[in-house]
Amino acid sequence: MSTIQSIAGQNEQHPDLALVDKVRAGDVSAYDELVRKYERQIFRIAQHITQNREDAEDVMQDAFLKAYEKLDQFQGNAKFYTWLVRIAVNESLMRLRKRRTGKMVSIDEDLKTEEGSVPRDFADWAPNPEQNYNQSELAEILRKTIQGLPQGFRVVFALRDVEGLSTEETAETLGLSVPAVKSRLLRARLQLRERLSRYFKRKSAPAAPSGTDGALAPNKG
Amino acid sequence: MTCTEFLELLDDLIDDTVSAPIRSEIEQHMRKCGHCEVVFNTTRKTIEIYRSHEIFDLPPDLRERLHSAIMARCKRGC
Repeated sequence: MSTIQSIAGQNEQHPDLALVDKVRAGDVSAYDELVRKYERQIFRIAQHITQNREDAEDVMQDAFLKAYEKLDQFQGNAKFYTWLVRIAVNESLMRLRKRRTGKMVSIDEDLKTEEGSVPRDFADWAPNPEQNYNQSELAEILRKTIQGLPQGFRVVFALRDVEGLSTEETAETLGLSVPAVKSRLLRARLQLRERLSRYFKRKSAPAAPSGTDGALAPNKG
Repeated sequence: MTCTEFLELLDDLIDDTVSAPIRSEIEQHMRKCGHCEVVFNTTRKTIEIYRSHEIFDLPPDLRERLHSAIMARCKRGC
């Protein structure tokens, strides 16, 4: 039986590898390019895990510095970005551990909940519901909602769905099995959907609004 | 197809990794089950909203400051 080769299996060289080679040869400006390319993503990932802006700033710096120092250990058969994300995830967890005064922190924390594994809210959403909020309101809703997820779900969702890593890359980055990533991803997606539903669901007809246009609402006696 | 079976396939459906026959079974189920159709549409929308909105923005001045700090240390050999 012929197997379908996944796109992950292709061998063409990623443009990052040429930059990595230049850095290894002593060209620091090539690293400047890599940092610029990925700093926003790394900052976002660090925010998702630490949920703290100052920590995310520190993590972002530490991750890029550590990657620079350890560049010799980077294997050219991996993607530089995935390798960098793994460093950033570890730095973020270390930062959390420090904040919680030495308590072990892992991405397996808080996963016992079954909450939200089965959908309960079946109300349809308004068309383009995000447009009912301004940018900062929407950002606040999205932040608050994702921050309410258990960490192990939040990180999987952030890497897989927000940052666009593949399931396999997410698994590799977090040291999880592919089935574990899949199971967490489904539960993360369902829980977020359930929680967002309260903001985005189609409003039922407003109950006797006052002061709205009265042309078609003359039933006042 | 039951709703539980639908739920098991939801991620594959969203990620577009289901085979054509399975997809058609799922679509057939959704035509009969309004709840599953809502779950599919709203879960897909959830992902789309998170993907297209920056919730942890990195303001340009902060980005520049952090970038410079990183590069300064790299140039010094960390």
